[in-house]
Amino acid sequence: MTPMKKKTVWAASPYLVWMTAFIAAPLAIVLYFAFTDKAGRFTLANITGLGAYTTVFARSIVLAAAATAICLVLAFPVSYLLSRLRPANQRMMQMLLMLPMWMNFLLRTYAWMSLLEMNGIINRFLGLFGVGPLHLINTSGAVVLGMVYNYLPYMILPLYTIMVKIDSSVIEAAQDLGANAFRVLTRVLIPLSMPGITTGITMVFVPSISTFIISRMLGGGSNLLIGDLIELQFLGNSYNYNLGSAMSVVLMAIVLLCMSFTTADTEEMEAMV
Amino acid sequence: MKRRRALSNACFVLIFSFLYLPIAVLIAFSFNESKSRSVWGGFSLKWYENLFHNEMVLKSFGVSLAVAFAAASVATVLGTLAAIGISRMSRRARGVVMAVSYVPVVNPEIITGVSLMLLFVVMRTGVNGAVSRLLGREAEPFGFGLGTLLIAHITFCLPYVIFNVGPKLRQLDPAIYDAALDLGCSPRQAFFKVVLPQLTPAILSAFLISLTYSIDDFIISYFTSGTVPTLPIAIYSMTKKRVSPEINALSAILFVGILAIILASNAVDSTRERRLRRAARREEGRG
Amino acid sequence: MENSVIFALQNIVVDFDGEPVLTGLSLDIHDKEFVTLLGPSGCGKTTTLRVIGGFVEPKSGNVFFAGKDITRLPPYQRQVNTVFQKYALFPHLNVYENVAFGLRLQKLPEKEIRARSLEMLELVGLKGYERRNTAALSGGQQQRVAIARALVNHPRVLLLDEPLGALDLKLRKEMQIELKRIQQSLDITFIYVTHDQEEALTMSDTVVVMNKGAIQQIGSPQDIYNEPNNAFVADFIGESNILDGVMLRDFLVEFAGQEFACVDAGFSEREIVQVVVRPEDIRVVPAIQGQLTGIVENVIFKGVHYEMHVRQAGTEWIIHSTQASQVGELIGMAIGPDEIHIMHRSNG
Repeated sequence: MTPMKKKTVWAASPYLVWMTAFIAAPLAIVLYFAFTDKAGRFTLANITGLGAYTTVFARSIVLAAAATAICLVLAFPVSYLLSRLRPANQRMMQMLLMLPMWMNFLLRTYAWMSLLEMNGIINRFLGLFGVGPLHLINTSGAVVLGMVYNYLPYMILPLYTIMVKIDSSVIEAAQDLGANAFRVLTRVLIPLSMPGITTGITMVFVPSISTFIISRMLGGGSNLLIGDLIELQFLGNSYNYNLGSAMSVVLMAIVLLCMSFTTADTEEMEAMV
Repeated sequence: MKRRRALSNACFVLIFSFLYLPIAVLIAFSFNESKSRSVWGGFSLKWYENLFHNEMVLKSFGVSLAVAFAAASVATVLGTLAAIGISRMSRRARGVVMAVSYVPVVNPEIITGVSLMLLFVVMRTGVNGAVSRLLGREAEPFGFGLGTLLIAHITFCLPYVIFNVGPKLRQLDPAIYDAALDLGCSPRQAFFKVVLPQLTPAILSAFLISLTYSIDDFIISYFTSGTVPTLPIAIYSMTKKRVSPEINALSAILFVGILAIILASNAVDSTRERRLRRAARREEGRG
Repeated sequence: MENSVIFALQNIVVDFDGEPVLTGLSLDIHDKEFVTLLGPSGCGKTTTLRVIGGFVEPKSGNVFFAGKDITRLPPYQRQVNTVFQKYALFPHLNVYENVAFGLRLQKLPEKEIRARSLEMLELVGLKGYERRNTAALSGGQQQRVAIARALVNHPRVLLLDEPLGALDLKLRKEMQIELKRIQQSLDITFIYVTHDQEEALTMSDTVVVMNKGAIQQIGSPQDIYNEPNNAFVADFIGESNILDGVMLRDFLVEFAGQEFACVDAGFSEREIVQVVVRPEDIRVVPAIQGQLTGIVENVIFKGVHYEMHVRQAGTEWIIHSTQASQVGELIGMAIGPDEIHIMHRSNG
C-alpha cells in the first residue's frame, strides 16, 4: 500500500456531499411530507386518504402488468432469433432495435397519437374497407400500446444479452435427448434466460407504472394513473404536497416490492445501468 | 432450415414495422402541405421553415444544449473523482454509498423529479427567508430556473458516471500504477500519465451518456425547471396544442441527426476493431 | 569476486493486516550479482522484492542502498527498476513510448531518448517493433518490452518478479539464457524472484531460499544443491530422500537401520540429525552387494533417467538411475560417504 492510495478516498468527498444533499435529503423530505399535514404535524391521514384512489392504483398496476406481459411475449422470440444471427448481423439488428429509443419518448408517443385519433391514419385506412371509425385513442388499450411501444427495447436488450450467452449446442443437446420444441422452450430456454427475464420485467414495469405522459396523451382524461395523480398534486390543480408525497411513497413501495421479486442482487442492477 | 429462416425474417419484419412505422408516418407528414396529420395535401417544406422561426423551440434547444453540456461536465468530473474515492473505501462504506447512488437509477423518474422539487421548495423558503431577514427586506435570491434544472440534471447523471467509471477502475491492473512509480512518476504524475489515460474511454462514454440523458430528459426537468423550458418541455407544450406539424419536422431532424451520429460512431468502432483484429492475426501468424 | 554490498536489508518486518509476512529478514546483496529469491508461494519473496523497490514500507527494519538508508524513500526516487510479474505494460502507449516512458520523465533531450530507446529495443531483440501496440504482441515479446522499459533507465539494480511465469516452457528456457546474457553484458545487479528451483539454479550467482517470511539459506547454486542447510531446503531444491538419523561419532552416521561412513564432523555424540541423500546419488547394485536392500515398487521413465520408488523396511526411497529395474525386483542400494549430507534437525 503506497500512502497515496489511502489519501484518494477523499476524492469522493464532493460527491458524498452532493449525494447527501440531492439524493438522500429529497427522499427524506418526501417521507416527511407524506407523514405530516400542512401545519407540519405528524399524521397518517395522507396515507389513509389514498383509499379514495384505489381504482387509480389498481388501474396503474393492471395496465403496467399488461404492458410488461405483452413486452415479454413480443421480446422473447425476437431476442432469441436475434441471438442466433451471425455476429455481424446481430450488431446491426441490435442497433436498429435500439434506434427508436434515441427519439424522445414524447415524440414517439405523439406519433401514436396521430395514428390512433378518430380521423387518424389507422381509421382512414380502415375506412377504405368500410370499417370504423373505431374508438382507438383515449382508451386503456391505447395506453398499454403506448407503454409497449416505448419500453419494448428495455425488454429486448436484457433478454438478448443473456440469450447470446446460451450456446446453440445446449439446445441441440436437449433436442438430441428427445425434447420437442415446447420442452426445449420450457425446460431449457426459459430457465436459462431467467435473469434476463427478471431484469426486463423490472425495466418495463417500473417506468410503465409511474408514467403520466403516456396516459395523458393516449388515455385522455379517463385513464388516470398514479403518475398523473402525483403530478396533479405538485404541478396540477390539486396542489397538495403532502398527499402527493404519500402517493410517491406508496409508488416507491410498489416498485421496491416488484424489484424484490425480480432483482436478486446488486450485480444485476449494475448490468441494468 | 429454410423455413425457419423465413419465419425468423418475418418476425423481424413485423417487429421493425411496429417500431418504425409510427416514426416513418411522423416524418412523412413533416413534408405535408396541409395541417392535417392524416391527409396528404402535397409536398412542402414550410413546417421546417416555421420550425426555424419558432422562438420557443430555438431557445429551448439552446437551454437543453447548455444544460446538457454543463451537467455532463460537472457530473463527469465529480463522478470520476467519486469512483476513484469509492474504490478505495472499506467494503461496508462502499456498499452504503453504492446503494444510495442506485436510488436515482432505479427510482421512477417522477419520484426523483418531485423529491428534488420538494427540496427546492424547502430551500426556497429557507434561503429566501434567511436572506430577507438578513437584508431587512423581501429578497428572492433562490428560485426555480436554470440553477435548479442544472442541479437536477447533475444529480441524475452522476450515478451513470460512477457506474461507468467504477468497473473500469476495478479492472485496472494495480501493477501499472506501480510500474509508473517505478519508472520515476510521482503519484500525481502516475495518475495523470498512466491511470487517467486508461480511464479515458470510460470517462468519455460516461460523458456522452450523461449528455444524451440530459438532452432527452423530460420528467425530471418538468418538475424542476420552473419557467425555463428545455427542448422536451417545449415539445410537450406543442403536443398539447394538438395540431402542430412543426413537431413532425423537429422529429425528422432529430431522427436523421441521431442516425448520423450512431452510424458514424459505429463505423469508427468497427474500423478500430478490424484494425486490432488484423494486428492480432498478424502476430499469431508470426507465432 | 567479492563486490561491495549494494543493497542491505536489516531486520525487515512486514505485516499485512496483522498477518506476519516478513519476520525480521536481513540480507546483503552484492553489486553486479545475479541474486535469486527462491521459495514457495507465500514465502515472502515478492514482498522482499517490493520492500527493495519501495512499494511496501516495512513495519520495522532498514533498507540501505549503497550505504544510504532509503527505508522511507518512495519508489520513484530509487535507482532501481522493476520487471513486473505480468509485465504491467502501459496499454495506451505503443512499444516505443513504453520504453521511452522513464526517459521522458527525466526530461532528457529527444535525441538521447530516441537513441537509448532504440538501442535498448535492439538489445532485447525487438528492433522494428517501435510502433506496435503492446496488446498485439506475444507474451515473450511483451516480456522483452518490459525488460527494455526497465533497463533503458540504466538502473543500478533490476528487480524481476517471476518474469517468466506466464511463458511456455520452451520460451522460458530461451528467456533464461537471454536474461543471463543481458545481465552479463550490462554488468548490473539483478534481483530475481521465482518459485522455480531449476530456473534459480540455472541463472543465479547467489540463491536465497526463503520460507514462511524468513531466509533458510544463502549460497551459490552448487552450495544450495549439495549442502542444504535443512530439510526444507533439501526438499525444495531438487528431489531428496530425507531421513532421521543418529550421529554416532565424527564421520559415522546411522540411518535406515544401518551405519554409514560420511564426511561430516562436529556434531555432538549421538545427536539426532536429518540425513539427505539425492535420488541420483544412490547406486543400484545386486542385492547382496548393497548396504540396503529394497523392493522396486514402480518405475517411471523420465527421459534422461528412470525414477524408481523402492521400499526398504519402513522407508520409501526415490532413486534416479539410467537403467531400469523390474517392478517387484529386490535390489541393493549403495551410498558413498560423499553422497550423504547431514543436517541439524530443523525445528520446522
